[in-house]
Amino acid sequence: MCLAMPAQITKLLESERALVNLGGIQKEISTALLEHVTEGDYVILHVGYALTRLDEQEAQKTLGLFAEMMQGAATT
Amino acid sequence: MKYIEEFRNADYAKTLAKAIAQQAHPGKHYRLMEFCGGHTHTIHRYGLPSLLPGNVEMIHGPGCPVCVLPIARIDKAIALATMPDVILCSYGDMLRVPGSGQQSLLQAKARGADVRMVYSVDDALTIAEQNPNKEVVFFAIGFETTTPPTAYVIKQAEKLHLTNFSVFCNHVLTPVAMDSLLQMQNVTTHPSSRACEGSPKRSGDPSQARDDVREAGSVNLDGFVGPAHVSIVIGSQAYETVSQKYNKPIVIAGFEPLDVLHSILMLIEQINDNRCCVEIQYTRAVTREGNLRSQMLMAEVLELRSSFEWRGLGFIPHSALQIKSAFANFDAEKRFNLPETAGVEHKQCDCGAILRGQKKPSDCKLFAKVCTPENPLGSCMVSSEGACAAVYAYGRAGAHA
Repeated sequence: MCLAMPAQITKLLESERALVNLGGIQKEISTALLEHVTEGDYVILHVGYALTRLDEQEAQKTLGLFAEMMQGAATT
Repeated sequence: MKYIEEFRNADYAKTLAKAIAQQAHPGKHYRLMEFCGGHTHTIHRYGLPSLLPGNVEMIHGPGCPVCVLPIARIDKAIALATMPDVILCSYGDMLRVPGSGQQSLLQAKARGADVRMVYSVDDALTIAEQNPNKEVVFFAIGFETTTPPTAYVIKQAEKLHLTNFSVFCNHVLTPVAMDSLLQMQNVTTHPSSRACEGSPKRSGDPSQARDDVREAGSVNLDGFVGPAHVSIVIGSQAYETVSQKYNKPIVIAGFEPLDVLHSILMLIEQINDNRCCVEIQYTRAVTREGNLRSQMLMAEVLELRSSFEWRGLGFIPHSALQIKSAFANFDAEKRFNLPETAGVEHKQCDCGAILRGQKKPSDCKLFAKVCTPENPLGSCMVSSEGACAAVYAYGRAGAHA
């Protein structure tokens, strides 16, 4: 029930709605739960609603940390 | 897909597993509960127990809304669906959950009731617009992730002056359930561990657990892998009180396998350092404050129920939401005369103890014998977030871990 997917906003529509690209599939969703959203943003999509914008910098930071750990493990 | 595949990288998983093995003290047993069924699913789907040392035990929690909904509420939904001129809409899993006498909404549909599966609550609203001569009821269930869309749609229905749309509200609250689960443990707190910066002061020892559920035994936990998408809405601060009250570290984790492994590592580090914090591993989506717009929307449309029954946890005060009287026209419980039913569980079903983390699915006599995803006798086998369904689907080998 709480499952949600990252999807990229491809087009903003009227009435707090938008089109997203969900792994190659185009889908219309609601952005009514978000303050600001722009085309190109990644959002977390749940039952047809964007719950939040995905923070791409934070995603990279987490992946960077994993890469660092792997490098650290290889050199020890 | 972007932001999914990267968090399933096998090399990183091995690195995280190695770090966990290094950090876990051999003399100590770590009992960590993944509250959410989504995490249980990830753990079994990716075989994570096989990557963890033997002294790091994952225990599934009650975070599966389909599973915790008591049978009496399903009976009410079935009663609603069989009323004349009613179209009952709900999310897919709900249709297969057995109510009293093993009756489900799907069986009601087979007998002629108009029961429809929807992907979004928006679809239910559209059905109401298209069927002005029918009463369209949305059977709403879910934790805080799913609640804001329900609240939004009630406001939309008001805006559209719809007179044939209502919601049978069964939304429940995560931190309250966590508190209740920890009360059952009846743990003594360890004042020696350090709270995090910004955390509230400890608010006293846990009160006595309710006798009925405590009699069934308890499980001692060292920390929680906290909900991913619930936390997007309510923010990490919503868990600070429960974390401090029971001295349990909580790490909010994303649903991908690397997220879960990373959060397990973060929990072990907290436990080893004798720290007790609410930390966010899922930083790409969760903040301390959460989604304020969603919180305001929920507060505008919904209010706390004085008490609500949970399968496995019993009646918990202030653990669920109901529709405010200002929106009473959209409240199916006020609009229809729903029968009071006691809700009769299958006698041998162990869903209750499984939801409390006291039993594994394989401990249940019915598991994989007469209770299967094709013929579920209890809710934990229906939903893909249910512990029984996860263990059944991804190999019984993981059941012992």
